[in-house]
Amino acid sequence: MSTPTDTVTRADVCAAAIADAFKDDGEIFASPMGMLPMLGVRLARLTSNPDLVISDGESLFLAGTPPLFARADKVEGWIPFRRVFDVVAYGKRHVMMGATQIDRLGNQNISAIGDFDRPTRQLLGSRGAPGNTVNNRTSYWVHKHSPRVFVEAVDVVSGVGPTRAAEAGPAAARFNDIHRIVSDLAVLDVNGPGRTLRLLSVHPGVSVDQVLEASGCAIHVEGSHDDVPETRTPTTEELLVIREVLDPRGLRFKEVPVPKEDTK
Amino acid sequence: MKGPRDKRMTIDEVVATLEDGMTIGIGGWGPRRKPMALVRALYRSDLKDLTLVSWGGADVGLLTRAGKVRKLVYAFVSLDSVPLEPNFQRARQNGTIPEVVELDEGMFNTGLQAAAQRLPFLPLRAGLGSDVLVHNPWIRTVTSPYDEGHGLEELVAVPALRLDVALVHMNRADAHGNATYLGPDPYFDDLFCMAADRAYVSCEQVVDTAGLTYETPVQRLLLNRMMVSGVVETPHGAHFTTCTPDYERDEAFQRAYAAAAGGSDEDWQAFHDRFLAGDEAAYQAAVEAFRAEKQAEKEARA
Repeated sequence: MSTPTDTVTRADVCAAAIADAFKDDGEIFASPMGMLPMLGVRLARLTSNPDLVISDGESLFLAGTPPLFARADKVEGWIPFRRVFDVVAYGKRHVMMGATQIDRLGNQNISAIGDFDRPTRQLLGSRGAPGNTVNNRTSYWVHKHSPRVFVEAVDVVSGVGPTRAAEAGPAAARFNDIHRIVSDLAVLDVNGPGRTLRLLSVHPGVSVDQVLEASGCAIHVEGSHDDVPETRTPTTEELLVIREVLDPRGLRFKEVPVPKEDTK
Repeated sequence: MKGPRDKRMTIDEVVATLEDGMTIGIGGWGPRRKPMALVRALYRSDLKDLTLVSWGGADVGLLTRAGKVRKLVYAFVSLDSVPLEPNFQRARQNGTIPEVVELDEGMFNTGLQAAAQRLPFLPLRAGLGSDVLVHNPWIRTVTSPYDEGHGLEELVAVPALRLDVALVHMNRADAHGNATYLGPDPYFDDLFCMAADRAYVSCEQVVDTAGLTYETPVQRLLLNRMMVSGVVETPHGAHFTTCTPDYERDEAFQRAYAAAAGGSDEDWQAFHDRFLAGDEAAYQAAVEAFRAEKQAEKEARA
């Protein structure tokens, strides 16, 4: 086997960045939606935050940390859908959802594209996004950073950003906590001026200009472009865990393919 | 010596109790343990102008495709392995559902709880700041009379989701309406029944009452007969959704459904003619033939 650091892929960087979003959460229910979030959360649990509570995405809390899409080995609790709502309100939860659109103010849309009354494209519906965002920590995963995803204003506000929450009053703002947005190009948060999107780091091999060009709305950059740090690469231990334990079949590359320049 | 009454019915007898314009709640969750035999009967019935309240899956897809739905109350509609329900998408994009009420999932749950408790509303944080309140201006907020150190919080007054009828599918039931789920999740089927004036339970198998707890923990008895008006035995009645552990989702069939729903009018007509034009027995026979066909294709490839 070659030295793992020789072949760090973009998917590996994303997994570590997602894991970092959960590393300071302590003993809470981590709810990842989608493949890379699931990988990142499980990576955090095996490295930076072993206290995380994770589920099979269906109804079981997992005592072990199985590979992606493996059957539950050891179970430590029961979390049917109805009890998820209890935990949302209880607050000890950090969800990482997807986003068909996300805007400058950190609002997210998974409901519909176009006019809500007659959408050009009907999506899932708002699911639990409105409740998640006013109750527990919420992050987003965007597997393909593009101007169609990062927009000036979302067509439907499913997930509530900090400005909308503040406008809705203290009951909405009290627990609103939009933590991280991890894409295949960069890591962002909503702590730009006026609680807008801010660039925290760009993934290795990605320039700040590339991120800005791939965004359909302004993204705040602190200082000069050269000041923006590079997203850290996974440690040797993390690479081993990703490749040998959690995703030996390389399912992560279906969501974040290996760019040509990364293949050696 | 008397005992509780026998509530066994046929699918057609259940449908005969329903009327145009009713509000019908459908149990299960997305593509999981849906009362599909009853949904299929609604699909081929003459009923119209229904209000559907559902954690949406193919139940919503089929009934919107058939033009049965005047109003839809939902938080999502999905087939999971096929994330977007093509019939629902088509109906929304063509504007054929006259009224939609898209809620947050927690609001949907709380609305059922309010109805089950005969309350007009229950307070909730979920929904605040989101477009759920913009698209549904009739949903109001309520100011807490109690200050817990954060001022008098203004919360969503989630309206009760009162149902005329609930339709749910369980693994086992007795003739009186006591029923168990044997899979991983009860979903919200008890709440649907309690939120409704009448509830009909379809099940894989009707067993005698003692059989419900034979080698099955008593906690799996989700429904009590006082919540239930009628019981229908419909083996494979949740097909093509999951009914764990009796059977899992029929992914091959779901793919065929989704392809037809997302295809041309002719594609859908062909699917309808093959699977949905006849009664439940005809449906199950057509599914058997479909399965044999897929198996033969697999063997030919091997």
